[in-house]
Amino acid sequence: MKRETIINWVLGLGLLAFPFAALYLDEPFYVTLATRVAILALAGVGLNIALGLGGMVSFGHAAFFGIGGYVAGILSQHAFNDEPLFTWPLLISGTSDMPVIWLVAIVICALVAVFIGLITLRTSGVYFIMITLAFAQMIYYFAISWPSYGGEDGLSIYVRNGFPGLNTLDPLQFFLICCAALMVCLLLSARLRDSRFGAALQVARQNDVRLAATGIAPLNIRLVAFIISAAMTGLAGALFADLNRFVSPSMLSWQVSGEIMIFVILGGVGRLFGPLAGAALFIVLEFYLGGVTEHWQFFLGLILLGVVLFVRGGLLGVLAGRRDHG
Amino acid sequence: MTLALFTEQLLNGVQFGIMLFLMAAGLTLVFGVMGLINLAHGSLYMIGAFICATVAVATGSFWLGLIASLAGAAAAGAVMEIVVIRRLYARDHLDQVLATFALILIFSEGTRWVFGSFPLYLDIPPILQGAVFLPGGVQYPLYRLAIIIAGLAIALGLYLLISRTRLGMRIRAGESDREMISALGVDIRTLYTIVFALGAALAGLAGALVGAIQSVQVGMGEPVLILAFVVIVIGGIGSVKGALIGAILVGVVDTMGRILLPQFFALFMENAQATSVGSALASMAIYILMAIILALKPQGLFAAGA
Repeated sequence: MKRETIINWVLGLGLLAFPFAALYLDEPFYVTLATRVAILALAGVGLNIALGLGGMVSFGHAAFFGIGGYVAGILSQHAFNDEPLFTWPLLISGTSDMPVIWLVAIVICALVAVFIGLITLRTSGVYFIMITLAFAQMIYYFAISWPSYGGEDGLSIYVRNGFPGLNTLDPLQFFLICCAALMVCLLLSARLRDSRFGAALQVARQNDVRLAATGIAPLNIRLVAFIISAAMTGLAGALFADLNRFVSPSMLSWQVSGEIMIFVILGGVGRLFGPLAGAALFIVLEFYLGGVTEHWQFFLGLILLGVVLFVRGGLLGVLAGRRDHG
Repeated sequence: MTLALFTEQLLNGVQFGIMLFLMAAGLTLVFGVMGLINLAHGSLYMIGAFICATVAVATGSFWLGLIASLAGAAAAGAVMEIVVIRRLYARDHLDQVLATFALILIFSEGTRWVFGSFPLYLDIPPILQGAVFLPGGVQYPLYRLAIIIAGLAIALGLYLLISRTRLGMRIRAGESDREMISALGVDIRTLYTIVFALGAALAGLAGALVGAIQSVQVGMGEPVLILAFVVIVIGGIGSVKGALIGAILVGVVDTMGRILLPQFFALFMENAQATSVGSALASMAIYILMAIILALKPQGLFAAGA
């Protein structure tokens, strides 16, 4: 077995085992911490498809994360108040059923990604970074100034949405749901990477012209990857809203885009389990430093800076060596 | 809406645009010459404002504060360049974004550590207090008018610096071919530090000038930074002229949108609804403007050679 495969297994099983160990040690708070790691890693797995495989440095993935969150918040609010979402042309009511919410979040994020992708993917390099940021900001300000769903104050989810056959109010069961979602998306992105589509996507990153010469339009490949990436991050957003039972415009803020990007880079760009390693390290640092000093962000900044300047390839780069190709 | 109110808002938009220009000029120069995305530019803006507020309180003179903020921000920029930024020129944009994001965390939290979370306040200097009467019966705050004039003077100075001086010639040469100008014996490392410090000084100046209108607090730089990015993307990255025109465009569209859009929707909607739709749309207006411009001209209005 390759070293990276072993590390991936350790990371995945470690995440799965952590809450059980926490419960055994009677530290239920750590279950929530592990759930956070799983959800944020999922957001990173989404971004990693665009960033790592496709080379699209999206600085606006908070848009999808937040939209996913708002889908969960809005649908469950309507279900809670028993008000229909629309009465015309169809009667659409809210729901507190997680699978339905996820599906809606994925579809809406995908549609938004089609719109954003069609405009942003015409640009490249620094323009792409900036215009994805601008779209996220656009949605952020929209959420702040639109009063129907809480505006700046955000929206509470009074009862965590349900999953058929499970009790989501139990932290461990909710963790297992999130962990399962993460594993499914990791599996999907592994399949995607090794597929013909994945090969085309990686060529699109390395050499646009060569891809076009083989008769594949790079723009279409990128757009599809961007949409898949957005949908996964949107799913993570819906779970995150349920974790906190609260959505607010801060989920859409550019700091969130930066943080999702940090998970990916900290773990190792383009590595399958990179986002999990990155998110785990970030949350552990945040938690540990937050316990030591009020000014933990200062030290977090120093550590991040050190990693960027002196540690190439992120955590998995250090542990498992260089990437195979590209 | 009366003409007087319209003119006042238009001037506010221009003044906002001028502020954005001071930020955007540094960003676009740094990107054009060194190919670097600097998210920490907003921190230099914040540093300028904090230095100005501190020195102004200590000495009682706004002008000393202003000079201190220029010098302090330039020094902070030079140190930042030598210690960190210099190592990033050869890296890809991803590393640059992440490293400068880390710098934001360090500067913001560091400032909060030193000054606390409470905002500081900076008074407008006595000589610039009060209002002026413009033709047409418009009354306008003198300080804001002074900012507009100062900003335009700086824009002119920057133009002369870049097009007429030896330093400007080197900056332009550095933009087009960095190997060649270092082969010709120009110390490119020092040149980069100077350009970075120049951009930092402009950002610090902008922070100090705005500090007297708004409050001086941690995190004040980032919203302006993102707007400045919008400006340079609209104007064309690397182009100072594009930055000026883009900045005024963004400033005016943003300010006028907030006034005009709610009134526009009020023509055919209920008042409360019109206000919410209008203000929601107004807060998105500049991003919509940017998306339209980039959809038509993916390189911005005045694409430089970069």
